[in-house]
Amino acid sequence: MPSQTLYMPPRHYLNENYGITSWLLTRDHKRIGLLYLASITFFFFLGGAMAVLIRLELATPVGDLVTDETYNKLFTMHGVMMVFFFLIPSIPATLGNFLVPLMIGAKDLAFPKLNLASWYIYVIGGLFTFYALVAGGVDTGWTFYTPFSTVSSTTNVIPVALGVFVTGFSSILTGLNFIVTIHRMRAPGMTWFRMPLFLWSMYATSLIMVLGTPVVAITILLVAAERLFHFGFFDPRLGGDPVLFQHLFWFYSHPAVYIMILPAMGVVSELVAAFCRKQVFGYHFVAFASVAIAVLGFLVWGHHMFVAGISVYSALIFSILSFLVAVPSAVKVFNWTATMYKGSISWQTPMLYAIGFIGLFTIGGLTGLFLASVGLDVHVTDTYFIIAHFHYIMVGGALMGYLGGLHYWWPKISGRMYNEFLAKISAAIIFLGFNLTFFPQFILGYLGMPRRYHAYPPEFQVLNVLSSAGASILGVGYLIPMVYLMWSLRYGRIAGSNPWGAVGLEWTTTSPPPTENFAETPIVTWEAYDYQTPVEHHVA
Amino acid sequence: MSSHILPKRVYYTIFAILLFCTYLTVQIAFFDLGALNTVAALAIATFKATIVVLFFMHVKYSTRLTWAVVLGSVFWLGILLALTMSDYLTRVWRTYG
Amino acid sequence: MSHEAAAHQGHHPALAHHFDSLAQQTEATTLGMWVFLVTEVLFFGGLFATYMIYRSWYPDAFAVASHELDVVLGTTNTVVLITSSLTMALAVHAAQLGQRKLLMTFLILTMILGGVFLGIKSVEYYHKFVEHHIPGPGFQFEKEYFRHAQIFFSLYFVMTGLHAIHMIIGIGIMLVMLWWSWNGTITAEYSSPIEISGLYWHFVDIVWIFLFPLLYLIGRHAH
Repeated sequence: MPSQTLYMPPRHYLNENYGITSWLLTRDHKRIGLLYLASITFFFFLGGAMAVLIRLELATPVGDLVTDETYNKLFTMHGVMMVFFFLIPSIPATLGNFLVPLMIGAKDLAFPKLNLASWYIYVIGGLFTFYALVAGGVDTGWTFYTPFSTVSSTTNVIPVALGVFVTGFSSILTGLNFIVTIHRMRAPGMTWFRMPLFLWSMYATSLIMVLGTPVVAITILLVAAERLFHFGFFDPRLGGDPVLFQHLFWFYSHPAVYIMILPAMGVVSELVAAFCRKQVFGYHFVAFASVAIAVLGFLVWGHHMFVAGISVYSALIFSILSFLVAVPSAVKVFNWTATMYKGSISWQTPMLYAIGFIGLFTIGGLTGLFLASVGLDVHVTDTYFIIAHFHYIMVGGALMGYLGGLHYWWPKISGRMYNEFLAKISAAIIFLGFNLTFFPQFILGYLGMPRRYHAYPPEFQVLNVLSSAGASILGVGYLIPMVYLMWSLRYGRIAGSNPWGAVGLEWTTTSPPPTENFAETPIVTWEAYDYQTPVEHHVA
Repeated sequence: MSSHILPKRVYYTIFAILLFCTYLTVQIAFFDLGALNTVAALAIATFKATIVVLFFMHVKYSTRLTWAVVLGSVFWLGILLALTMSDYLTRVWRTYG
Repeated sequence: MSHEAAAHQGHHPALAHHFDSLAQQTEATTLGMWVFLVTEVLFFGGLFATYMIYRSWYPDAFAVASHELDVVLGTTNTVVLITSSLTMALAVHAAQLGQRKLLMTFLILTMILGGVFLGIKSVEYYHKFVEHHIPGPGFQFEKEYFRHAQIFFSLYFVMTGLHAIHMIIGIGIMLVMLWWSWNGTITAEYSSPIEISGLYWHFVDIVWIFLFPLLYLIGRHAH
């Protein structure tokens, strides 16, 4: 680790201005990233509270904690809040907003005012959904399948639908901002293939946001219209097709899962390079794999509908394409592993999360291949196997990537280091709690326990109790970082501009950075992850 | 994007073509061409849209990136329509039960 | 570029601080509008997908229902919008040449034509109301096609309604452009806001170019 004076600049983006309006009317991408951080954390714990109730209910085979209707509302609101208000914005809106301009050597994103508007749009969507929650919730499942959501459900479907619709525009505008920024605002010398892989991931993610979200937006509008005006788009009594809703919904919602995982993959590329002090193996392959995942991800949505009534020929096409989309993800896993080989590995907290990601994402991803096979999917669809699969990817993968990134860039964001011992303990608790929660669910699903049921045959209780116990451990694991990260803001050790000795433009400026990011526009003459050249020479 | 200034007569020419195509599409609609009615209507509409994009929106004189964006959006819409139709068109092909 | 070089360049009043030059800003804002139009293609695209499915399922009902739309008004509206695209393109041309009065004239003409379009649309909607063709409890249609004609009209109102909302927003944008043209913000050097607004306007025209035959001209030969 190169020695350097640990310097906290007297003037930086956090103390440039004080007062609530300087935050609520900011155009600084770094402050906007923190505004998002606060909002998504709120929804994370709200969605987590739903999960606590779900796991409490499932500890016993009978439905004794809540009624059927309430249980339906619990898993619906858990899904809606976690997917739309936590996972989809998480890395792009917090780390992405903060880092994209820094990593390409720009002063801000292309459209700073639009960026602020994106946050407000997110908050308004969140308010609609929060209102729906306190007004009694929604019971349709986060997938809003018709005709139940349009005709039969008596719950607050329209407020939640509006909330998701509005928040979708936040996502679209963020993606638009990133695409234009990456195309048009790279610093001199920052060619596409000198960009850090995190930027490639953000670019690929932005493509998905821009191409997919509008389709779910119009679909949700049609659901609201059908519910309000009794149009017949998805209602069989009027000649509509409920499966058409599913086609339109999943056209977005499958690529949406790549919105959730690609940024985390980008983070892992950064972490593996930094903590192995090595160029990522096969940089070009990893970059192209990101774009390939984004493109192929749009061709597979039918695998959510194998038992919905689509034709078997259509199912076959979607099945083959679903096998194909695993290939670029596998390429990345191989390349990260190869990067670690003969690397100079240091086991700091971010690296622990990165390794956790690689392992758990591999398990989740492989089980995805089981599901791509139509014959197997018919057996395990709508069971806990599916739930385990996507939680391995979303929580074991995306969330761990998010936490790893948060820890890695925390010194850049705040200027201070967190307590490494507590951080390592939390990472271990999270890893243990996660596996205890979700591994039994693979077995439960394979044995036949259906999802979205709050009562089950008594022979499934042992596995359910293990899962609920794991969930309580996992919850503790998530709470501890809240404490030590907040504590570090005031009492943490000063970090200096490059506490990890990493290569990247963001590490050449102070921690925290000044509002304009760089004193002078950097001129890039080195390749990404150039650990051959001493880090001190990577100053523009 | 270059601020390429097109001479006004180009705009007037395109305008005239668009009006003519509108007239054409309405006329064709009143003849029974069977399935070709839809094909003709969509072909004319696509042609009209294309000349609006190329000339009114200056894409003919724009960067490759703009071309990629325009073609990409059409292609993605194509994915939505084609793969959805792959289900609906083949439902009647059921050969079992 | 370094601060010294930027300071030597005359700082255009419309140049935002995070951009290095007006050219970069123009490239970025133009790309931004194109990416936004991509989202609009997919947004309307979902409706076209829905239309495609139900027209393939219920061709006769769709044809009969389509006959209930006024082809004269529809064609007129198509001509009105195409003309507004012409005036918009001429507005951009005037802006690029710094011809302020001509620019304002064409912007006003574009807005008027947009208003005419919306006016005719309102008349059509009123006709549909009077003829009980609005889907819902009050819907009336011949028995054989009752259910499926409702789907056609649902699509008609959602698609043309969404299009009309986009028109209204477009007219709003033109009002802002008119204001900027009047107060001197728009110059030959800084004409990109007009071009970018023009892109949006032409897109809305293109949506109608597809809506018109798909909604108004189904099976017209079978009178």
